[in-house]
Amino acid sequence: MTLSVVGALVRRQLYLYQRTPMRLVELMFWPLVDLIIWGNVTVFIQRNSSADFGAYVLFLIGAMILWDVLFRAQQGVSISFLEDVWTRNLLNIFVAPVRTIEYLAATYAIGGLRIIATFLVMSVVSRIGYGFNVLALDWWLVPFFLNLMLFGWALGMVSTALFLRWGQAVESLAWAVPFFIQPFAAVFYRVEDMPSWMQPLAWCIPATPVFEGMRQVLQTGQASASLLALAFALNALYLLMAGLLFARVLHVVRTRGLLTKFATQ
Amino acid sequence: MRSIEPLSSREVILEARSLTRAFGGITVLDAFSFRLHRGESLGLLGANGAGKTTAMNCLLGLTTPSSGDVLAFGLPLGSHRIGILRRTNFSSTYTALPGNLLVEQNLRVFAGLYGVPDPARRITGLLDLLEISHLRRRVTGELSAGESTRVSLAKALLNDPELLMLDEPTASLDPDIADKVRRVIRTVQRERQVAILYTSHNMRDIEEVCDRVIFLHRGRAVCEGAPADIVARSSRRSLEEVFISIARDGNVIDASPEVPAS
Ligand SMILES: Nc1ncnc2c1ncn2[C@@H]1O[C@H](COP(=O)(O)OP(=O)(O)OP(=O)(O)O)[C@@H](O)[C@H]1O
Ligand SMILES: [Mg+2]
Repeated sequence: MTLSVVGALVRRQLYLYQRTPMRLVELMFWPLVDLIIWGNVTVFIQRNSSADFGAYVLFLIGAMILWDVLFRAQQGVSISFLEDVWTRNLLNIFVAPVRTIEYLAATYAIGGLRIIATFLVMSVVSRIGYGFNVLALDWWLVPFFLNLMLFGWALGMVSTALFLRWGQAVESLAWAVPFFIQPFAAVFYRVEDMPSWMQPLAWCIPATPVFEGMRQVLQTGQASASLLALAFALNALYLLMAGLLFARVLHVVRTRGLLTKFATQ
Repeated sequence: MRSIEPLSSREVILEARSLTRAFGGITVLDAFSFRLHRGESLGLLGANGAGKTTAMNCLLGLTTPSSGDVLAFGLPLGSHRIGILRRTNFSSTYTALPGNLLVEQNLRVFAGLYGVPDPARRITGLLDLLEISHLRRRVTGELSAGESTRVSLAKALLNDPELLMLDEPTASLDPDIADKVRRVIRTVQRERQVAILYTSHNMRDIEEVCDRVIFLHRGRAVCEGAPADIVARSSRRSLEEVFISIARDGNVIDASPEVPAS
């Protein structure tokens, strides 16, 4: 992997934000809307429940913020790729000496930068608006954040593979990938509260132990290390599978000549 | 001093061995073979749909051939793609540089991708060469077709390529600019000994730029030689007439035009 190549690809995306700061609005808009809705729901529940539960229910806001880390990571990866599709730049990239891993690394870096921006804004607004302090998660925040980002990247790679293979035909589907997973990821409720058939599936998703861990930390100040270990292990597996899928799709696309006739599906 | 050895005795830069490509059962490139030498410029000619772009896509690794091999700088493309692409570049009227960046930003990004040393100087030099220095701070997507063609060409020359593939680089240029662009291509070819693979539907272009041409007809090479030789060998008056009779009948030189299979 050549860092200067990754750097050049990242620089291309940064130029975009520099030229059109309007793009930053998109980074903030939905997260803030989500935050306000879930923040108000939390206030409503707090006012109508016991003081104990009221303190605990703050986890809804935490869940929203962490969910956004995952969702934004997936989106950041896909959007960098789509940017090349929309601007008919894909062929220039594919005939340049850019390795697949370098291209992916650049999209990850962009994904990472985008989440950090969103995360900071959400953290500040939730602190001021709803008294939820994301730092209550203490150092646990770091592995939580990291795992959700890794999982977001893996999902982003899957979405990108879908775009690459089927083009515009799957654009809305590819955006929705994280939402197929959301019901199983125990974002807003515990695994034990799910119907029993869902529970084994929930434990196959790397985000599940993160959200379970988050609730543990908010309640007891501690999360079990085995949850984190599970999250990292599942993420390693998912990233590997997503990478294999991506490589496979790239192969198919070259074999079928789809790279050069992108909008035909 | 430049040597006066014939082009064909020079190092082979690009070689296609029996390249074949089918799409959905239809063969659009059929056992196509050729060699391109250092400092040589080779034109691919043929009617719309003859397979020129498909051939280039296979040679660039964008499309995998159904069978056959591509070697560049003596190395198989499949296993040495990145190393080969570093020494190669490509421009086509049908791709664009991101329209939402400035010309200079685009060139900077690609200079980074190709690992160009001292990019600022290189970019200034190329913009001068192509007479588009005034476009430096313009938004790429706002340029006219001819202006963006020249910007793409600047991108294609960034890495001082040894192998340059140009798919209809003069397609949207006015005669004056087309003439300048041909001159630039000729200049880099002579001075840098670039091997060039070129397609165009403009016979003027071909006669000026190409040392040798290959006519493709329905994916098969049907005629090859220096433009002037081909005209002389045929009973036609110009390359344009040769083009038309190959496009219509598939052949022009042999007495018996071959009937295309199936
Ligand atoms: N990815 C693809 N899928 C299906 N058919 C394809 C694909 N790419 C090319 N073709 C077909 O292959 C044939 C050759 O196309 P190609 O683009 O190589 O022609 P060309 O010689 O470059 O023509 P032109 O002068 O019009 O540019 C055409 O019939 C085209 O429809
Ligand atoms: Mg073509």
